[in-house]
Amino acid sequence: MYTHNQLQQIANELRIDIIKAISRAKSGHPGGSLSAIDILVYLFFNEIKRTKENALDPDRHRFVLSKGHGVPALYAILARIGLISYEELMNLRVLGSRTQGHPSYLDLPYVEASTGSLGQGLSVAIGMALTAKIDKKSYRVYCMTGDGETQEGQIWEAILSAPKFNLDNLCVILDYNKSQIDGFTKDVMDLEPLKAKLEAFKWNVLEIDGHNFAEIENAFNIAREANGKPTYIIAHTIKGKGVSFMEDNVEWHGKAPNEKETELALQELQKLLVKNG
Amino acid sequence: MGKSTRLAFGETIAQLGEVNSNIVVLDADLSKSTMSSLFAKKFPERFFEMGIQEANMIGVSAGLALSGKIAYACSFACFITGRYDTIRISVAYTKANVRIIGTHAGIGIGEDGTTQMGLEDVSLMRSLPNFSVCQPCDEIETRELIKYSVEHNGPMYIRLTRQNVDKIFDDNYKFKFGKGVQLTDGNDAVIFATGALVAEAFKASNILKEKGYSLRVVNIHTIKPIDKEIIIKSAKECKLIFTAEDHNIIGGLGSAVAEVLSENYPAKIIRIGLPDVFGESGTPEALYKKYGFDAESLASRIETQLKQS
Repeated sequence: MYTHNQLQQIANELRIDIIKAISRAKSGHPGGSLSAIDILVYLFFNEIKRTKENALDPDRHRFVLSKGHGVPALYAILARIGLISYEELMNLRVLGSRTQGHPSYLDLPYVEASTGSLGQGLSVAIGMALTAKIDKKSYRVYCMTGDGETQEGQIWEAILSAPKFNLDNLCVILDYNKSQIDGFTKDVMDLEPLKAKLEAFKWNVLEIDGHNFAEIENAFNIAREANGKPTYIIAHTIKGKGVSFMEDNVEWHGKAPNEKETELALQELQKLLVKNG
Repeated sequence: MGKSTRLAFGETIAQLGEVNSNIVVLDADLSKSTMSSLFAKKFPERFFEMGIQEANMIGVSAGLALSGKIAYACSFACFITGRYDTIRISVAYTKANVRIIGTHAGIGIGEDGTTQMGLEDVSLMRSLPNFSVCQPCDEIETRELIKYSVEHNGPMYIRLTRQNVDKIFDDNYKFKFGKGVQLTDGNDAVIFATGALVAEAFKASNILKEKGYSLRVVNIHTIKPIDKEIIIKSAKECKLIFTAEDHNIIGGLGSAVAEVLSENYPAKIIRIGLPDVFGESGTPEALYKKYGFDAESLASRIETQLKQS
């Protein structure tokens, strides 16, 4: 197990990788990658404990990134684990690369599912959780969704269906960074009151600060103990977290920083490393 | 008259459930119509009633398949293929072992009318990379196709009828994926038929035989990948070329045959199907007569063309 300080350090290092990769690609989604990275780092290193050895084990814990545009964060983790090379990470979105702009299962099996057309990943995660139940396996299935995609009808079909099958091996994490392409989620299509809605749909619902490792750890611990019910973690996050000019700025949903902006962002992120280390 | 192909599917998948424990079946509140209920009764632990949630059902099927199952997702052809984007990304783009079972295909469903008829489903599914598209013509072919589908690697769309269809084959029939089946010999005209129209084309060949014409009937059960060889060979050997399907003439079997011939042996093709219109309510028999799908109409249309040629 990594300490929270170690995880914070890794997450901030990966923030640098994310910015570098998106900057080199000259396209990609920094806002939602930076908001998700703390939760993903905790999940991969302390919860599902993904390694080169267990990456394709049939009994591994699964993770589906339903908000496929946040994939630079996932690639950064896969590179850190050694499942892809650093060079591949930096070849994000380049012709012929396995690091496609959105997760492509056939190109890179470590992403577990092809996602990016929003609203679909949670259904796929439910299917995997059902398999674990049928086969009486102990692996768990995690799915990260975005707040914008939670507007999709299929997400609510999935939310309606998981409790029916008593999928206590399923855990959804909402990267609730409050904004999407056209603006703030509350203005585009408000989800609130979300917790009440999910509880009415019979989920075990937790609400946390998605950048606080103690809260993230506590939520995953509770989720593992949830008996008979799937768990939904509403993780409040900050879009673009770590880069001051990107934070809570809708403009940075799907835009790559230019050379100057990249330099500024990297300078800020470097300072976080020093501060933390 | 034989069974509907949906009933043959339900019976077969219920049998196969005994020999392959990886088979799982899902339905969206239509299990008594798609006949997946026969599997549900025998294997409740491997059957998932998804409610009226076709998109979620498809995604869940993809997840089951990606974690080792062979998932049969069942609903009416129009409803299930209507969730196209989910099929496209969750199933086709991942090559998941999902079999999309679309029953109640074509105007042959009858009285329920247009909203329940799968009329463009072949066109949709044919355009998805990694997908195979199959349509059996009778109960035996359905049984053999479903047996084959367990072994197939990659996504499949299987199109079935609500109405009963004539039995074309006997118990010795061997299904060969991707291969057309020549049912009658003839050189005046060839008709490439699929699904319920195979039986009508077969009967039409008998009607024409009595009038002194020979009609070659070729059953195309695998619309994608299509059997180019049998299409080109038959086109070369026959004076006129027809296609027949209970589907829009755009994007279905007719289009598939036209694509093969235009690239390999350019020839005039007459496509019989719904002429880019929606269906309507009526008995299956009345509808088949109105749209020229019954044996008499097919024979008469072919005879007219033969006289003109």
